[in-house]
Amino acid sequence: MTTDFLVQARGIGVRFEGRQILSHVDLDLLQGQLVTLIGPNGAGKTTLVRIVLGLLTPHEGHLHRAPDLRIGYMPQKLFVEPTMPLTVERFLQLPGPTDLKTESLLEEVKIGHLLKQQVSRLSGGEMQRVLLARALSRKPQLLVLDEPAQGVDVNGQVEFYELINTIRAEHNCGVLMVSHDLHLVMAGTDEVICLNQHICCHGKPEHVSTDPAYLALFGRREAETLAVYTHHHNHSHDMKGAIIGDSCCDLHADKGPHKHG
Amino acid sequence: MADFVVYALIAGISIALVAGPLGCFVVWRRMSYFGDTLAHSSLLGVALAILLNTQLQIAIIGSCLSFAALLLLLERKQALATDTLLGIIAHSTLAFGILVLSVSDRVQVNLNAFLFGDLLTITLTDLIWIVSCCLGSGVVLIFFWKKFLAITVHRELAMIEGLAADRLYALLVFLIAILIAVAMKIVGVLLITSLLIIPAAAARRLSSTPEQMAIGAAVAGSLAVIGGLALSYVWDTPAGPSIVATAFVLFIVVYLKPEAGKR
Repeated sequence: MTTDFLVQARGIGVRFEGRQILSHVDLDLLQGQLVTLIGPNGAGKTTLVRIVLGLLTPHEGHLHRAPDLRIGYMPQKLFVEPTMPLTVERFLQLPGPTDLKTESLLEEVKIGHLLKQQVSRLSGGEMQRVLLARALSRKPQLLVLDEPAQGVDVNGQVEFYELINTIRAEHNCGVLMVSHDLHLVMAGTDEVICLNQHICCHGKPEHVSTDPAYLALFGRREAETLAVYTHHHNHSHDMKGAIIGDSCCDLHADKGPHKHG
Repeated sequence: MADFVVYALIAGISIALVAGPLGCFVVWRRMSYFGDTLAHSSLLGVALAILLNTQLQIAIIGSCLSFAALLLLLERKQALATDTLLGIIAHSTLAFGILVLSVSDRVQVNLNAFLFGDLLTITLTDLIWIVSCCLGSGVVLIFFWKKFLAITVHRELAMIEGLAADRLYALLVFLIAILIAVAMKIVGVLLITSLLIIPAAAARRLSSTPEQMAIGAAVAGSLAVIGGLALSYVWDTPAGPSIVATAFVLFIVVYLKPEAGKR
């Protein structure tokens, strides 16, 4: 084990009301490393994230966290009651430190002009940036992003991924990114983990830029920030997530629910 | 001016000053039905206190706090949808309270006083109770203001940032319970939540930060108390409903004013 590990999980299992949500999940998050967690809806991604964040204690397995780990968490979405008058500036100051440089923080995520804006009036993309700024306000060693690209178009997604890359380089923080997109992940992802109640597979994504079909489809800019994770499973899942069949070397992965392009 | 008017003014304004900021949380967290339920169930506490001949103020505060604890517990269990649960508890405790009151022939009980308040019969002892409870809750509220705000905006973010969200929420609920208990004398169990919600809702229109809204609600509430008592003094109307009616008029006036600089 190196000294720069942030979170190390071994054999994590979670049950809710008799239903197994996660089983035998191992996860390593290292400083400066970008890990993307993918999986279909109901795969237990959010549950695993809650465990990493310390909001949920797993029923099985162990979780080790680096001492005094500072986590910046960007939730999927945030709904602020319109009855609450709250400016972006005040929102960023909520966690505590009063000497917070809110302006430079917003500049970093390129929304300096929103400082005095009411939070309940932000657009989806603006809210995303504000949430990222809040996560960064704690100078995190680990940044956890829960489906940050949700509800944002491809252009917005690309810009956001560029921003994450810049931030990761500047802060040298680990990033755990959750995505429900099974095939498009951020370029520069060190490890993709495909989760469906257990870890189906994991590995490095291939760069899209090498794939001419993809280039033709999305153009160069997208290709530089997105990557395709090509994966073949040796098993399929039925609607309840149970594993169908048990052939450990099924070469016809395309028959399963995961289609690969 | 007669003593009882001065007492009523001091009591009413101290409650309004705390009810304003607390009411903001009730509005932000959509807890108005929760407040109603607490108020209704406190009537059962009153009834039992009268039956057992115990000190009334302590009994009311005690029963409000225990019902608050019960509601918190049931809410966490999530056996039923929260509003169904609250509906069941609110009305059954109110019914039981009235039943108990009707069978207790020990004291002549004025049910109206509990349902709609009886601010003008306030004694010096009542006043001391009310002012000290308000002062205490006010201090706690100011001290925990930012934390309450953080858990209200996003519970999980606040937890990750190191706040004990469940405990803070419980504390907030207990503050509301105490306020409802002492405010019962002013507006009665049926009208209490209006004292929490109307001033806060009126202040919302005029504020752009949570603090402005809290202060605005405290001011609006105090104005309603002053206006309502004046109304009651001049025309001999019941004090509680007069205060609530004044608050409502204030709310309407604020909302009729055209919204400045907004879409």
